[in-house]
Amino acid sequence: MSAVDNPRAPYVRQKTTRSNYELYGWVFMRASGAVLLVLIFGHLFINLMTGEGVHSIDFAFVAGKWATPFWKVWDLLMLWLAMIHGTNGLRTIINDYASKDRTRLVLKGLLYLAFTVVVVLGTLVIFTFDPCPAGAAADLLPSFCPAP
Amino acid sequence: MPDRPGGTLYRGREGMWSWVAQRVTGVLIFFFLLVHVLDTAVINVSPEAYNAIIGTYRHWIMGLGEAGLVAAVVIHAFNGVRLILVDFWAKGAKYQRVMLYIALALFVVVMAGFLPRHLMNTFGGH
Repeated sequence: MSAVDNPRAPYVRQKTTRSNYELYGWVFMRASGAVLLVLIFGHLFINLMTGEGVHSIDFAFVAGKWATPFWKVWDLLMLWLAMIHGTNGLRTIINDYASKDRTRLVLKGLLYLAFTVVVVLGTLVIFTFDPCPAGAAADLLPSFCPAP
Repeated sequence: MPDRPGGTLYRGREGMWSWVAQRVTGVLIFFFLLVHVLDTAVINVSPEAYNAIIGTYRHWIMGLGEAGLVAAVVIHAFNGVRLILVDFWAKGAKYQRVMLYIALALFVVVMAGFLPRHLMNTFGGH
């Protein structure tokens, strides 16, 4: 091969993209964003605008919400969609501004580690939550817990 | 036609600044989300531990932080709807600028409904 490509060589189409990964990411940001608008506005309204707002939030308040599958599904869906939406957003920002391969690798490694830890922890908390833990002070528990 | 060349950089004005704001608010919300899942996870430690952690949110400094967080969420959400319309509505690109001002107006309306109640909860003698 010479240093310069043969100018008479016929055009060969290069298959540069291996998958539609970025297309699906773009679609996901829009679809999840629309769902998250409803989920997060609802979450903020119930937790900050009803009763005494942030002063109403304590163990019994959350236990009362998670007594119904409705709020468990709501919070689980919110956790997963928000974490994937946010992680994909940060991935895009890292790709845009971190030009060194190594920096990009490290930052995205940390990002995916944080994603995994937070999603696994949050999911476990929702599924293993006990609204009436044994030995807890009764006045901190929701009213439906049996008297000790 | 523009009266001078736009150069190769992004053209500025509403389109660029809403893009910048979407990134900045997105990063802020993401880092809050990491902290918020961790503080919520304390609920499985004990009721006392959770009440102590979530009780810090009642401090007025946290109350102001929450106001800023809600503002970031609301503008990110409304500008996000504008983005969806720009991408999927045939006339979205044509009306992108006016849609930003509609999003900002809706943001002002929602915050006008949210802030008085939230600030009363935060500062209202508890």
